[in-house]
Amino acid sequence: MIASARHRHLKNVTTLSLDIDKCVGCGACQVVCPHGVFEMGEGKIVLADKDACIECGACALNCPAKALAVKPGVGCASAIIKGWITKSEPSCDC
Amino acid sequence: MSESYCKDSCCETVVEAVNEQNVPSVSTNLELRDVMGAIKVRCGIGRMNYKVEPGLYAVGKPNCDSLVLVSGNYKLTFDILRKNLVGMNCWLLILDTQGVNVWCAAGKKLFSTDELVNRIEITQLSKIVSHRKLILPQLGAPAIDAFQVSRRTGFSVTFGPVRANDIQLFVANGFEVTKEMRLVKFNFVDRLVLTPVELVNAVKKSLPIMGVLLATNQFAKRPFTKRDVAAYARVVLTGSVLTPLLLPYIPGKAFAWKGWLLGAGWTAFSLCKNKGFTKGSKVMSAGQMLLLPAVSSYLAMNFTGSSTYTSASGVEKEMRIALPLIIGAGSVGAALMLGSHLFGKGK
Repeated sequence: MIASARHRHLKNVTTLSLDIDKCVGCGACQVVCPHGVFEMGEGKIVLADKDACIECGACALNCPAKALAVKPGVGCASAIIKGWITKSEPSCDC
Repeated sequence: MSESYCKDSCCETVVEAVNEQNVPSVSTNLELRDVMGAIKVRCGIGRMNYKVEPGLYAVGKPNCDSLVLVSGNYKLTFDILRKNLVGMNCWLLILDTQGVNVWCAAGKKLFSTDELVNRIEITQLSKIVSHRKLILPQLGAPAIDAFQVSRRTGFSVTFGPVRANDIQLFVANGFEVTKEMRLVKFNFVDRLVLTPVELVNAVKKSLPIMGVLLATNQFAKRPFTKRDVAAYARVVLTGSVLTPLLLPYIPGKAFAWKGWLLGAGWTAFSLCKNKGFTKGSKVMSAGQMLLLPAVSSYLAMNFTGSSTYTSASGVEKEMRIALPLIIGAGSVGAALMLGSHLFGKGK
């Protein structure tokens, strides 16, 4: 946890949003999130560490209630530059 | 694994199906050529074409009751997975991710719900195993809709640990994934193994420019020296190797800033040491002070793609600020250096 806590990129940028009224508390998002963004509250999920979100989109895709929304993308400078130049969706050569 | 669950008749069916489909057996031991192959792709040699055939593989002596682990067909991924399965009897269902690792392939929608559903059909998995359970790497989740897979194939998806070396513990724990197993890390060794590709790419891009500049030495008033080449090599190393390695210890959050800071520090130090600001050409020194840190800044910014903790929104925000500064400082610096090189004098 200490090691992952040391790595932090910019704050308040993620497009992740939670519609708490739709949440059914299944915890699927918590299972697929690689950065511990979610914690289970009282029957509903809580965005415990929103700034850790990398917008991979796993939570939104696996949310059966469509309570989560995020614009998925790659956090990769060369992919974004390529996207700007070719005017297409960012995609890397990896 | 309950032996009783697997009836003899069912195992005969497995043997038949396996023979019919020619399911290859794979070892959990890596050979020298696997290790050499891994070193090559880590250095960026043939990285885009290091694949295994998609399909079903047998590890040990699996039967109709054995686990099915799903992964991608990048050979580096395949090798890391199988070497962590020592002593296990299981099936590997390898998806066609076009030689891309699971996480990136999920980002590109290659490791996807559709590909998984197709591969289950092609391999006739439902005839080989009697259970209906798949273990997927958690990092495949960005493009695997577990509910949809279940609806379309009858197979339920369990997302296993992020790292293959946790699989045995995950199985022993009754398919429980601890919080620790769920989190992506980015420790020193993780970063170290990614730096050779960065360095090779940076050197590849730099060589033509270096060639042109050294060729202009023929008629330049202030030829480039070994010291100049060394100064450039230092910032390339700083941006592509040193910044990634020291990443969490460098103050600030933006990668471009971290790379600039180290590059500027090192350039200023060497210019002072060589009396670049006093005895040498001041124009050349000023040019170096502007251009060289911009190079390490740009290279460090490119490492965002290798890092495990940046989002597209975050990187885009960083770039909107950093890129104009890098281009601005780099252009002015390059102009000053070229001017001094072609028309100036002094060291």
